[in-house]
Amino acid sequence: MEKPLNNRAWFLVLPVLALVAFSAVLPLMTVVNYSVQDTFGNNQFFWAGLEWFQDTIHSDRVRAALGRQILFSAIILAIEIPLGIFVALNMPKKGAWASFCLVTMALPLLIPWNVVGTIWQVFGRVDIGLLGYTLTKLGIDYNYVNDALDAWITVVVMDVWHWTSLVALLCYAGLQSIPDAYYQAAKIDQASRWKVFRYIELPKMQGVLLIAVLLRFMDSFMIYTEPFVVTGGGPGNATTFLSIDLVKMAVGQFDLGPAAAFSLIYFLMILLISFVFYTVMTKEGETL
Amino acid sequence: MAAVAESKGRGAALVMALYLLFLMLPIYWLLNMSLKTNTEILGAFSLWPRNPTLENYRTILTDPSWYMGYVNSLIYVVMNTVISITVALPAAYAFSRYRFLGDKHLFFWLLTNRMAPAAVFALPFFQLYSSIGLFDTHIAVALAHCLFNVPLAVWILEGFMSGVPREIDETAYIDGYSFPRFFTRIFMPLIASGIGVAAFFCFMFSWVELLLSRTLTSVNAKPIAATMTRTVSASGLDWGVLAAAGILTIIPGALVIWFVRNYIAKGFALGRV
Repeated sequence: MEKPLNNRAWFLVLPVLALVAFSAVLPLMTVVNYSVQDTFGNNQFFWAGLEWFQDTIHSDRVRAALGRQILFSAIILAIEIPLGIFVALNMPKKGAWASFCLVTMALPLLIPWNVVGTIWQVFGRVDIGLLGYTLTKLGIDYNYVNDALDAWITVVVMDVWHWTSLVALLCYAGLQSIPDAYYQAAKIDQASRWKVFRYIELPKMQGVLLIAVLLRFMDSFMIYTEPFVVTGGGPGNATTFLSIDLVKMAVGQFDLGPAAAFSLIYFLMILLISFVFYTVMTKEGETL
Repeated sequence: MAAVAESKGRGAALVMALYLLFLMLPIYWLLNMSLKTNTEILGAFSLWPRNPTLENYRTILTDPSWYMGYVNSLIYVVMNTVISITVALPAAYAFSRYRFLGDKHLFFWLLTNRMAPAAVFALPFFQLYSSIGLFDTHIAVALAHCLFNVPLAVWILEGFMSGVPREIDETAYIDGYSFPRFFTRIFMPLIASGIGVAAFFCFMFSWVELLLSRTLTSVNAKPIAATMTRTVSASGLDWGVLAAAGILTIIPGALVIWFVRNYIAKGFALGRV
């Protein structure tokens, strides 16, 4: 059924528009303002044109951070999506055990992000952390503070720990919507477990899976707090992702111009992915 | 079906048990540490506290510089939730019921704000709220968090509202209900669970966020999350107190999670599952 056209509905949207304009457009305009100007202090600004944008695009530092960011997001997706599907397939369908699993799995999702960082910072320490201590006792040379690879592994495992449940819960919601009749038909046809997964479960999960991939990609692309608490972006710059680099530049060094240009480029990337996301989300809504 | 369920019974239970163990182990370790004294943490390595003590929790609950962090966090989180839901309700209704000029663009624009990296906004927010004299107040953080929570609330509520048949609205109007009366008396009770879920997610995302709340506060409205990070960097790390503070931040989420367990996927997927 088609929704009626009614432009007076704008009045209902007005409060949201005003609020979000205040908290999004206004700050964003400051960023735009800084991105095209240079300053020698004392609040004196000079027109700088596209200089900062050219600098940012050609900057090795930003490129390196972007490279690390893409690598990180790719690793995260490659681990969390299959693992999430696997866990969802093994979740009980109903009963007290199912509720228990749901609640326990959701717990990491509700922990403040810096506490997630703290948990893993402590957990991985060689002297007082269970993980670090055990690995050291097993004779593995593990130290996330000094070794870049160990730092990467720690941050990746932390993110897997933090967010795999989200993928699993989304897939679980998709699986719940499959009628029993499908499984019965598959059983009569003597379909193998793999075929049931490939031809019944996977197609039914397609929609939620797409949402899961996009959500995980977006959120990992903006990750800041957790790796910052665990590694502070180090050792060296090994785990300095885009957001961490940006905050270093803007708040740490107060390089307003370059940071603003960087922000806008970053924001445009996000905008592009958001558009894919939006198309997927609204299309799914129509077909469901 | 029963046979299928049974055949995957044992293996599935084992997989789940292992996965849950993986999830719980780091949290358990934090809990374990929070019940030890500093000498025990740094001295002997043990899987459980030998002399369990609540001393760390007592430190936090009696020291204003610690517990005010929780109070500050709760104040701005509640403010943010109330603001977000209040403005999102009519907007979500408009999106779910009508077409209007630019509705799709507006809906998309809201989404981009939910997806915007907080890092981009940290500095401009700092300057904006400093210039209007709101720096280090609860309302500043509450408003800043509206950036991602209002879009979230609109999307989630729209998802729930679209599940309510439009005939109900039309019948109510024919019966002579005015819009405000219909909305508060009939419509809101119908989507009560949706409002609950949206409120929960606003609460949660505001509670877990650190970057903006830390940037916008210094003393009076400093959230617990920021209090924790400062303690880490201070000399003489007090691991036990840090662990206890961490455990206390998990509690609000853990308390309400039971009520929203069936909606968690829906909430994270912006009401689209």
